[in-house]
Amino acid sequence: MNTTTQNADTKTRNEWPLWEVFVRSKAGLDHKHCGSLHAPDAQLAIQLARDVYTRRQEGTSVWVVRSDQIVASDPRDKDMYFDPAEDKVYRHPTFYALPKEVDHM
Amino acid sequence: MSASTLQPSIQLSRAGEVTYLLRLADTCLFMGQRLSEWCGHAPILEEDIAMANIALDLIGQARALYAHAGEVEGRGHDEDQLAFLREERDYFNLTIAELPRGDFAFTMVRNAMVCTWLKLMWERLQDSSDAELAGIAGKALKEARYHQQHAADWVVRLADGTDESRRRLDAALPTLWIYTREFFDADEVDELAESTGLGPRASDLRDAWLAEFGALLDEAQLPMPKDSAFRSEGRRGRHSEHMGFMLTELQYLQRAYPGGAW
Repeated sequence: MNTTTQNADTKTRNEWPLWEVFVRSKAGLDHKHCGSLHAPDAQLAIQLARDVYTRRQEGTSVWVVRSDQIVASDPRDKDMYFDPAEDKVYRHPTFYALPKEVDHM
Repeated sequence: MSASTLQPSIQLSRAGEVTYLLRLADTCLFMGQRLSEWCGHAPILEEDIAMANIALDLIGQARALYAHAGEVEGRGHDEDQLAFLREERDYFNLTIAELPRGDFAFTMVRNAMVCTWLKLMWERLQDSSDAELAGIAGKALKEARYHQQHAADWVVRLADGTDESRRRLDAALPTLWIYTREFFDADEVDELAESTGLGPRASDLRDAWLAEFGALLDEAQLPMPKDSAFRSEGRRGRHSEHMGFMLTELQYLQRAYPGGAW
């Protein structure tokens, strides 16, 4: 039994840790978050992610990371963090003409 | 045909090439059948999906082999007839594949044993003189490598898990071990396959299997079980008492509704 599970409270002591799964659909694209799963360790998390999330040819590469290792913004900070961007339309680079050769901006 | 008339069994060719293909196909089919029994019953959802995936891989391998065996046999039998319309003694799987699924430890030890054997078989069949069989092997090998790794990883974890997982593993290993002797029990069908370049003799896989499975036992710190005088003979058509029950369930639909499709 590893340190993390030993220190966990009674309720979660016998449960496997949760892992977040990121799948790259094809070479050149980013890994995208696609869900989560329970697994006893990293090696099996990769295997189970392969079975749960790539069985219909969704992926060519898989990342997993322990969910408790992800640092997330606090939902209560949503107003403070994200709303001020609402009226800053000038931050979009759309106020000058692009050469015709440039696609997908 | 009225619904009360059951579909009769096919008359199977005894040609060595056909038997050789069916031995492999039947082992894949029953491994898939037993694994599929876990669907909805696995310890966790993730493993439920993993085992169902592996079961479908194995049944897919069996399908490819049956279709090919039907062509080699030349009696017009298709994959469904070969899978579902034979008498018990006309099936030639490794006996270990037909044993009831047992608990999770039992299933994982069996998978580790059989999937290692299958992987070694597919590796060699890539060089078969039968181009169709070589093609099937090339595709199946990728799947088999994963099946072996999946089972082996679980064996290591169950060995090093809880008292209960260790106890169940310790019970499964010797129970299954006595069926592994059959893995390497070559006969005239194997000799024919070897001489025509169709594929290896079962006995040719022995050293490689013992090396790979032995390495897994070492990693899991499990002792190699002792050999016994017991000899299973599913590959020769003589099966365990479990076979009839499984065939009854497996064959029911095709027997009752001939050619049934959906």
